[in-house]
Amino acid sequence: MKYTRNDWLLAGATGLAVLLVLGMMAVVLAQVVWNGAPRISGEFLTGSPSSDMTGGGIWPAIYGTVLMTLLMTVAVVPVGVATGIYLSEYASRRSRLAALVRAAVVNLAGVPSIVFGLFGLGFFVLFIGGGIDSTFYDSDTPVWGKPAVVWSSLTLAVLTLPVVIVTTEEALRTVPRELRDAALGLGATRFQTVFRVILPNATGGILTGIILAISRGAGEVAPIIFTGAANFLPYLPTDMRDMFMHLGYHVYALSTQSPNVDAAQPSLFGTVLVLLVLTFALNFVAMIIRSRSRARMRATS
Amino acid sequence: MSPKRTEVGVAENPPAAVIEQRTAADPRPRSAQRGKLGDGFKTPLTHVIAERLIEVLAYVAIAAIVLIFAFIVKEALPLFWDREAIEEIGGLDALVWPRQWRGYDEAVYVWQPVGAQPKLNMVPLFVGTLKVTIITMALSVPVGVGAAVYVSQYAPRWLRELVKPAIEMLAAIPSVVLGFFALMVLATWLKNLFGFDYRLNATVAAVGMSLAVIPMIFTISEDALSAVPDTLKRASMALGARKWQTTLRVVLPAALPGIAAAVILGFGRAIGETMIVLMASGNAAVMELFDPSTSVRTVTATIAAELGEVAQGDAHWRVLFLLGALLFVVTFIINRTGAIVVDRMHRRLTAEAK
Repeated sequence: MKYTRNDWLLAGATGLAVLLVLGMMAVVLAQVVWNGAPRISGEFLTGSPSSDMTGGGIWPAIYGTVLMTLLMTVAVVPVGVATGIYLSEYASRRSRLAALVRAAVVNLAGVPSIVFGLFGLGFFVLFIGGGIDSTFYDSDTPVWGKPAVVWSSLTLAVLTLPVVIVTTEEALRTVPRELRDAALGLGATRFQTVFRVILPNATGGILTGIILAISRGAGEVAPIIFTGAANFLPYLPTDMRDMFMHLGYHVYALSTQSPNVDAAQPSLFGTVLVLLVLTFALNFVAMIIRSRSRARMRATS
Repeated sequence: MSPKRTEVGVAENPPAAVIEQRTAADPRPRSAQRGKLGDGFKTPLTHVIAERLIEVLAYVAIAAIVLIFAFIVKEALPLFWDREAIEEIGGLDALVWPRQWRGYDEAVYVWQPVGAQPKLNMVPLFVGTLKVTIITMALSVPVGVGAAVYVSQYAPRWLRELVKPAIEMLAAIPSVVLGFFALMVLATWLKNLFGFDYRLNATVAAVGMSLAVIPMIFTISEDALSAVPDTLKRASMALGARKWQTTLRVVLPAALPGIAAAVILGFGRAIGETMIVLMASGNAAVMELFDPSTSVRTVTATIAAELGEVAQGDAHWRVLFLLGALLFVVTFIINRTGAIVVDRMHRRLTAEAK
């Protein structure tokens, strides 16, 4: 087809938009890598922060981030996957309740992250935690009713729930109908069909969702500010009720509240680089699993 | 005793009364009763329990959205009847109306929560949010939609396979990283470029935020543009329209609801974004809507910055939760609207394809 001048204009203008986006992204990445890479060393990754947090390592923040994310995953996966199964396999198309669940999922995905922070504080820390304290303990100092890694994890589990639900449902829907019919035709119960035939064929897609949720949860800061993140801890959290250090929160606190931001700058860039590498690695793995399972699905159907 | 298998082959249906009787007498769950093929088989109890559990877990999402609203409102509401708190903030009307505080020449909108007389007027915060959001959208909509048009209409296949995951990766960058970039790098560049008086201001925050909003607008618009049926494009081309005419006058209008949804949802995201504005906007509550070079303090940043420093149950604490509740309601309405628009578009496009 022959392009006229107007075609070139339109393609040029819109192509420029693409270049702009990719260019900005490249600048962000280049800045972080350029300024952060020199700071990365074994000592930085495994040491504790020292001297006003401007020097030393970020091991407590890495450890805290991983611990919090693991707890979050344990909480979000059963609920998210079960909801995905319900929406895809059990709910009938005209079910009002299923429609309500879907609407809730969509809206949950749009709730601002800081609102999750308020919710985590009001519900998990004060209501649940405070409730446990007043029922089972009678000391004046709060045991559960204070910011802790468990409350941050649960708050983020609610935040990442839509990610797991949506990807699970999508993954289950891509399983060919024939497999379902064959299983039911052989006399399997609905439950057996779902758990022995459909789920094993959708593991790739479900795993993708879980990894994306982990990547999202590991990077969110606003929900953990009031529910468990600490500026600095001299020890690693060993109990669910401990507070924890977090890569993202560390970046926020150090870059806005540090008395000497210039001295902290190399450490900051290093921390951002670690966080970014973690996020990208997770997303990259998710992308690969997804494209592989898609290719396999195409081959089966 | 389960009903006899021979019934499967019976040509005539049993009379309604018989079915009725069987339903009442049969203790098995309805799902097992309905199909005739499964008639001899009893669903194991463990399966039934597991299926119930799945259903119950599915309602967690509904419970979550209800609990979020309930527990934020629970902390905010006492503000409306707690006399002490009302007195402390100088009356409930001081939350929204301008007030001539002692030492001021005129009635003003001020957010100044610390001091002998806390001044908690929420209006400047919403003005700040609106300002950053408007600048963000002015930057993000043309770029996001433009990129979507290019990728869906002009880009060769290999380029599309490259650009889409790249922009997905951009969407995966945590907002604290974007905030950090805006604070450390972008602020200095923009100050040198435009000669801002304040290093951190609405523009810096908006540019940083557009990095978070563009991927969202791009992805939804691109989906909408790609979903336009080929038949429409071919018909337009067959009538002698050029590619650009087809793109602008056929494809774009057909995908307009989707693009509108992209803009609406991007708007919702921008209003709720916290870390980027918290780190890069300067956080001074200036009551000014049109100057992009002044510092702003948004609703989200205010909650994030101040909640850690107030005593639980204070008037200030309650006002922060009230801000959160308002934010929840605003974004809820915006997202609901966006979802409805997307839904309509899908229905229209699938109807056209048939």
